[in-house]
Amino acid sequence: MSTLIDGLSLGSIYALIALGYTMVYGIAKMLNFAHGDIIMVGTYAVLTTMALCGFPVVAIVAAVIVCTILGVVVEKVAYKPLRGASPLAVLITAIGVSYLLQSIAQLIYGAKPQPVNLINFGHVTFGSTTLNISTLVTLCVAAVIMAGLTIFIKKTKTGRAMIAVSEDRGAAELMGIPVNNVITLTFGIGSALAAAASVFYLLQIPATSPTVGSLPGIKAFTAAVIGGIGSIPGAMIGGILLGVIEKVCMSIPALNPYTTAIEFSLLIVILLVKPTGLLGKKRREKV
Amino acid sequence: MALLTVEDLQVRYGLIQAIRGVSFEVNEGEVVALIGANGAGKTTIMHSICNLIPKAGGKVTFEGKDITNTPAHNLISMGMAQVPEGRRIFQELTVAENLRLGAYTRKDKGEIAASLEEMYERFPILKERSKQIAGTLSGGEQQMLATTRALMSRPKLLLMDEPSMGLSPLFVNIIFDMIKKVNEEGTTVLLVEQNAKKALSIADRGYVLEIGKMVKTGTGKELLEDDSIRKAYLGG
Repeated sequence: MSTLIDGLSLGSIYALIALGYTMVYGIAKMLNFAHGDIIMVGTYAVLTTMALCGFPVVAIVAAVIVCTILGVVVEKVAYKPLRGASPLAVLITAIGVSYLLQSIAQLIYGAKPQPVNLINFGHVTFGSTTLNISTLVTLCVAAVIMAGLTIFIKKTKTGRAMIAVSEDRGAAELMGIPVNNVITLTFGIGSALAAAASVFYLLQIPATSPTVGSLPGIKAFTAAVIGGIGSIPGAMIGGILLGVIEKVCMSIPALNPYTTAIEFSLLIVILLVKPTGLLGKKRREKV
Repeated sequence: MALLTVEDLQVRYGLIQAIRGVSFEVNEGEVVALIGANGAGKTTIMHSICNLIPKAGGKVTFEGKDITNTPAHNLISMGMAQVPEGRRIFQELTVAENLRLGAYTRKDKGEIAASLEEMYERFPILKERSKQIAGTLSGGEQQMLATTRALMSRPKLLLMDEPSMGLSPLFVNIIFDMIKKVNEEGTTVLLVEQNAKKALSIADRGYVLEIGKMVKTGTGKELLEDDSIRKAYLGG
């Protein structure tokens, strides 16, 4: 039982990150490999604010603001000039941005991992199971964020404009939708979700380093592909699935050492059976 | 009075010059047809007028305002809407959501619902299917949706790119009747068509395009009766 809840909680962190990958892919048609490093920046924003003032709420708000602004600036400076360039050029730029962010963090904070004490919630006991309260908080808050995002996309005019841009950029332009602004907004939302993920990550593992975003980033990317890249519910399902599998494998001694291998094998199996991912749609090429 | 003026328009795809100095105008209240064979550059002209693809030269004015470099998303609020080739409706959204996106730039929120009803009156089938995902509509219904979606912006000028493409003769008639009606209600129409006979039969004036150049112009009737055009486009 506690393994399942741990898995759901970790999965919801992956899901939040995966949403950033999948939304940017759906709308800007690019893989933003610097997305994992936005999480890293979020953890350092928490570290710095906690050192300066010590209020967790201020630190969380600071992380969200810093990440959102960073996401928007990276899009405007690094990716926007490449609109219409070959996908490979954009991909290499994204990898470059990733290394740039890691190097800047290393310059400022050094390469050593540092402890980040945000909030210590303690734990609760139900009968024979003990649960960390931070796990439950992560699960609940992440669920609220994802529900909010879904409602925003489905029910607001801006959300529908985002769907329109992801489906057909030219036709969206003809409707009067300012496509560039929609893309910028998407980067902002994705980065804010990454900031939330960085806070939840610190609740589970209270330490950071310049490369802290790499592994969760690549796992969330895997989750997005498993769910079907470009699909918002797909990213949520893929993330949860991967988190649960990870925690279940870790709890079984015989499988524990192979946890990461099993996760990535799952990706290969799913892509072999359904190349578009679980909820991905095959797009017809326009004639 | 000329609503849309295109002067010496040039478009290049890499080294290839697709449009080689095309000029034409659309006067207020007219239906103007741009006809030509496949590959003549009709869609390229439509896309470059709206800056969906860049121009290599020339000037475009709309209501006397220079719109040569106006981004596509600003044109619709100026009164110019386009029904693109291949319809390009938003397949994952419902019929009603598609129509509402057509009114994306309109500020008069209260009146958008009235416009929606107006479109449903034009094509009652769209009302029946209003909650249906647009990708499930038939080709003809998708063309109805694409056209009404453009009308939701209450355009002064409607650009229609190959509305008859892939439609059964029945739907072709329905769509052309609608174009005629929309025009009678006061909207100016620029119509690009491979179906030259249909297009010229409802057009006040027409232009004939051949590999990136205008080769002939006249009233719809003159062009319909022109021998060389009959041979080339109307099947003798």
